[in-house]
Amino acid sequence: MDIPKDLVAASATPLVLTILAESDSYGYAIIKRVGELSSGQLEWTEGLLYPLLHRLERQGQIEGTWGASESGRKRRYYRLTADGRAALTGHQAQWRTVSTALEAAWTATKLDFGPAGAFA
Amino acid sequence: MTDALDTQIDLWRAHMERHATITTPEVDELEDHLRGHIESLTAAGLSDDEAFLVAMKRLGSQDDIAREFARENSKRLWKQLVLGASEDDARKSGATGWLPAVLFAVVGAVLVRLPLFGNLNGWAGESYARAAGVIGLAAVVAYLLWRNAPGRTLTVTVAGGMAALAGLALMYPLRSGGDAFISTALHVPVVAWLLVGLAYAGDRWRTTEGRMDFVTFTGEWVIYMTLLALGGGVLMGISALVASAAGVNPATVLTEWILPFGVGGAAVIATWLVQAKRSVIENMAPVLARVFTPLFTLTFGVLLVVILASGNILNLDRNLLAVCNAILVLAAGLVLYSLTARSDDARAGWFDWLQVALVAGALALDLLALVNIVTRIGDGGWTFNRTMLLGANLILLANLAVSAWLLIRVTRSEGGAVLRLERWQTALLPVYGLWALVVIVVLPPAFSLLSS
Repeated sequence: MDIPKDLVAASATPLVLTILAESDSYGYAIIKRVGELSSGQLEWTEGLLYPLLHRLERQGQIEGTWGASESGRKRRYYRLTADGRAALTGHQAQWRTVSTALEAAWTATKLDFGPAGAFA
Repeated sequence: MTDALDTQIDLWRAHMERHATITTPEVDELEDHLRGHIESLTAAGLSDDEAFLVAMKRLGSQDDIAREFARENSKRLWKQLVLGASEDDARKSGATGWLPAVLFAVVGAVLVRLPLFGNLNGWAGESYARAAGVIGLAAVVAYLLWRNAPGRTLTVTVAGGMAALAGLALMYPLRSGGDAFISTALHVPVVAWLLVGLAYAGDRWRTTEGRMDFVTFTGEWVIYMTLLALGGGVLMGISALVASAAGVNPATVLTEWILPFGVGGAAVIATWLVQAKRSVIENMAPVLARVFTPLFTLTFGVLLVVILASGNILNLDRNLLAVCNAILVLAAGLVLYSLTARSDDARAGWFDWLQVALVAGALALDLLALVNIVTRIGDGGWTFNRTMLLGANLILLANLAVSAWLLIRVTRSEGGAVLRLERWQTALLPVYGLWALVVIVVLPPAFSLLSS
């Protein structure tokens, strides 16, 4: 399935905030986690993730600190702040509203194609 | 990992660091990412070389990644231009040629010169002084509106605003050279410049980014105007020397023709230069901010000591109060200007502390001025000048107090503090305009300063 760029971009912020709400993390692990969560459907590029992380950090929603990896390499870890948690609550409400509306509309019109490729 | 792999990664690093838009810490972070990816690929059975190639491919082209970082790191359009954005982007960013700028500059020059044909010692001269802000900036506004084409509503608002401002500036019969006359001449440019900002930022004026962009523009415009004025001054000096040597008196030509033409034209040319030669000035702004912040901090210290040592804290000279006000406005401007030079994720350092000191000094000075003004009002009642100074100082007090508090949070490296400071400082811009309008429109009749 090819997910349009706009949709990937729109869902990027809530996804990053959610992953950091699970636990503190770093760039590579976040991209891996996005892959896991979407069963490999969402493939983020570094050009998407790192600028986003830096923007969220500037807005005070996450906080970055330099640490070391298991092998002693310099690594930047990110942590969710109180502001970020509040923002995440907002994102959650918005996405639930959108998703509920779509589901309701699809149920009403019996427009359920099931999983991709199921309609024939 | 093998040495060969390290060499390859080092080469990649060197390439990345050459991109002006990516900072070293960011390359560090990307390197960790790259190595993490290579590790997981080799663990899955790939050789070092294969893993490196796959990870590099996945990382995307260096130019692509540099562009993504540039977009986030700064809203600086010129960097995107350097990186080869599409022609459409280039046009949107307003990187227009020199020809339209020169044409608008000629219009500006004529606009500034034209009113001088009137009787300058009489009504025409007085009107000119009062509406100078509108006359001098009309061509700049026209040029920006033409270049940015911000949509009909905004164009009409800005153009109508300029016309209305000229009307307001000339509305009252004011005694020439009187308090209200001078204050009107001083406050009209403030409102006119905010209209320039509206023409510059377009629809983005509602956003902090758009307003910050306008503040940057203001700072760079002032720098270019200063440079042009210096060059123009030298040229006029040389012309005067040559003409005198040839036995011709150059005074009339220079002051009545060259000077007004030069000022009117330079305003537009500076506007064009800010956009066209951005990378030049962008490197100067942080330097200037860093040079002048310590100097101003020192000046505040000296001023405070002088005032306190005079032992006459509650009865300051009225001229000194006016000087204080001018310096305070400059200090507020300096804080705002330094913000534009600050990179977003810069760590808190000595410069932030210096700014706290600057703002603290300015606050002390402002409080002194306020106490003096209030004492005067208590002793001698409300006057035009006291009311005007009180208003300006109260706005400055609010500005400086909140800025000081936010700056302290910046020095503590609190996340989002810089953004809050930017939001606060730019939110005040319309307030300055409103107060200037009050001074122009409400105060003169309120204190019956209209001459009959």
